[in-house]
Amino acid sequence: MNRRTLLAGAVLALGLAGQGMAQDEPVKAGFIFVGPIGDGGWTYEHNQARLAVEEHFGDKVETVFQESVPEGADAERAMTQMALGGADIIFTTSFGYMDPTINVAKKFPDVKFEHATGYKQADNVATYSARFYEGRAIEGLIAGKMTKTNKVGYIGSFPIPEVIRGINSAYIHAKKANPEVEFNVVWAYTWFDPAKEADAAQALIEQGADVIIQHTDSTAPLAAAEKAGDVIGFGQASDMAEYKPSPRVSSIIDNWAPYYIERIQAVMDGTWESGNTWDGIGPGMVEIGEITEAVPAEVKEEALALKESIASGEYHPFTGPLNKQDGSAWLAEGETADDGTLAGMDFYVEGLTGEIPN
Amino acid sequence: MRLEKRPQPSRLWTAVTPVLAVLLTMLVGGIMFALLDTPPLEAIRTIFWDPVFGEFAFYYRGQLLVKAGPLILIAIGLSLGFRAGIWNIGAEGQYIMGAICGAAVGLAFYPMEARWMIFPLMVLAGGLGGWAWAMIPAVLKVRFGTNEILVSLMLVYVAEAFLASVSQGLLKNPEGMGFPGSRNLQQYPSAANHELIAGTGMHWGVVAALIAVIFAYVLLARHLQGFNIRLTGEAPRAARFAGVQPARIIVFCLGTAGALAGMAGLFEVAGPAGQITIDFNSGYGFTAIIVAFLGRLHPVGILLAGLLMALTYIGGEAAQSTLGLPGASIQLLQGMLLFFLLATDVFTNYRIRIGQGARA
Repeated sequence: MNRRTLLAGAVLALGLAGQGMAQDEPVKAGFIFVGPIGDGGWTYEHNQARLAVEEHFGDKVETVFQESVPEGADAERAMTQMALGGADIIFTTSFGYMDPTINVAKKFPDVKFEHATGYKQADNVATYSARFYEGRAIEGLIAGKMTKTNKVGYIGSFPIPEVIRGINSAYIHAKKANPEVEFNVVWAYTWFDPAKEADAAQALIEQGADVIIQHTDSTAPLAAAEKAGDVIGFGQASDMAEYKPSPRVSSIIDNWAPYYIERIQAVMDGTWESGNTWDGIGPGMVEIGEITEAVPAEVKEEALALKESIASGEYHPFTGPLNKQDGSAWLAEGETADDGTLAGMDFYVEGLTGEIPN
Repeated sequence: MRLEKRPQPSRLWTAVTPVLAVLLTMLVGGIMFALLDTPPLEAIRTIFWDPVFGEFAFYYRGQLLVKAGPLILIAIGLSLGFRAGIWNIGAEGQYIMGAICGAAVGLAFYPMEARWMIFPLMVLAGGLGGWAWAMIPAVLKVRFGTNEILVSLMLVYVAEAFLASVSQGLLKNPEGMGFPGSRNLQQYPSAANHELIAGTGMHWGVVAALIAVIFAYVLLARHLQGFNIRLTGEAPRAARFAGVQPARIIVFCLGTAGALAGMAGLFEVAGPAGQITIDFNSGYGFTAIIVAFLGRLHPVGILLAGLLMALTYIGGEAAQSTLGLPGASIQLLQGMLLFFLLATDVFTNYRIRIGQGARA
């Protein structure tokens, strides 16, 4: 008997054991995190959702997690470890875990996998993500109204569709609020690196930006804005409330708790199915943090109205007429973008300067 | 009580200090775990014992090799330079460049199937890529006397930027829906560096690491070049009088380290990692520096140190997910290992004298 059959045997034994004890054994949910749980942003919110799961289910669930897991071979091992340890469902919370998740899922057909922000599914691999671009529209509106220099600085992480969507959505709505507005995008090539993020914010402020929008996870850009004075920013992934009322004038909060609870419940009920979930403000996966008193009342009102219309489905942040950066037509009057185009978005809309690094 | 320099480094202490450092790490680490409200003995057992002898050892033993392979391969190369007083801190960059060059060769042939030719070419390209990247600090040092520590370290950041660029441009998967990252080499049979025997973790990178250990041992113990390397490190003036050309030693040591690091990168990208991505590198090049010193710059020592370091990684991960220990505490544990090694090293070069002593 070689090692692989041994592995399969162990998996089978665990699977059987899991079924046999389904009544009194708690469901075990594993979480693979890309950053430290104290990052104050992306991973922090996933961990908050994990804690919400524990609170909701009490003794019926047991959660395990591993933080700061590098994407690639290490991730594969971390997932295998959890699956061998008896996890029933494993949430892998970063785009780079896509291939490792698929690989491990093949070896453990009885374990359910949930991969965040990816596009590869399997019978036991579901994907989920949030429509952060809906929140970006509101940030864009506030940025356009608030800027005095007409220069908005944008800290991008990586030039991937999710980030490009956010830039486009923020720009479209900033431009509507203030036709004079200009965006300056810098790429930090990291999701979480306070030193690099602070440098990026500093550089943008020196170039005249008085609003900073960030698509990176630490609070360093807000700290830089606070130090510069007269510069505002937004909480990213998490509320970042400690920078209220200014520089943090609002925030996009990722709320994964309802989804995690729903999916774990499905495992308990035996009704779990693979699929792709992409929720926004309406179902509550994306929340807009309190708009502080640093924002004039009428701007706040306008922002909240925009939020309402997005939540109700009455308005789509990508509604034509919209052209691509090169001037070619993208959406006709009244036409809205389809999810396929949004998922693979690799172009700027008309008016944005600079190129997407390639 | 005072320290007295030994006329010669103690051979006994050279062998004892790594073991002592491990024991001290377990002790202080245990205290730290206790302070974190984790049963210390259980934590130590999970990290140092379970991966090798525990319930799931059949899986972890293979993973130990996967993790130790690149560490050993890189550390062997570094140790040659360190012995000669040439401080290549940029193995991480050489590792990245090797991976990029090797993967690029493989991807260039996609989807042609000819493993007998493609895989060896990739290994060659990987080694060359790392070698070329290491030649930059080597040539600058030989020609202009620049500091190889700074140059090689800075080139890591250049390599990282290059990695980000190719994963979004030159090597981007055309079927990847616009997301950065290359095709997955694991799914391309002619280029994949699969396990040689399923479940053992033994891939070509591990084989290469073992060969490197043997070659380094023979080189240092039996070969004139090895003698010259040691002489340059221990007595540079004597080396010069003996006709050793420093430039040759510099080029040889940096070149070998670069080539080995580059190959390690190729084996990793074609095997366990699978694809070139923006953050493909995960610090092997830096950790290998610790491994080289923990192994006393001796090939066999490095072999053992690489396995030990891999154990702290794998056991550390297990401790995180089963005992809920924070990731940072595992990094602290690994840091302690080097710290205690350097601290106990004092006894290798010095002895403790109590009282007045003989010296007037």
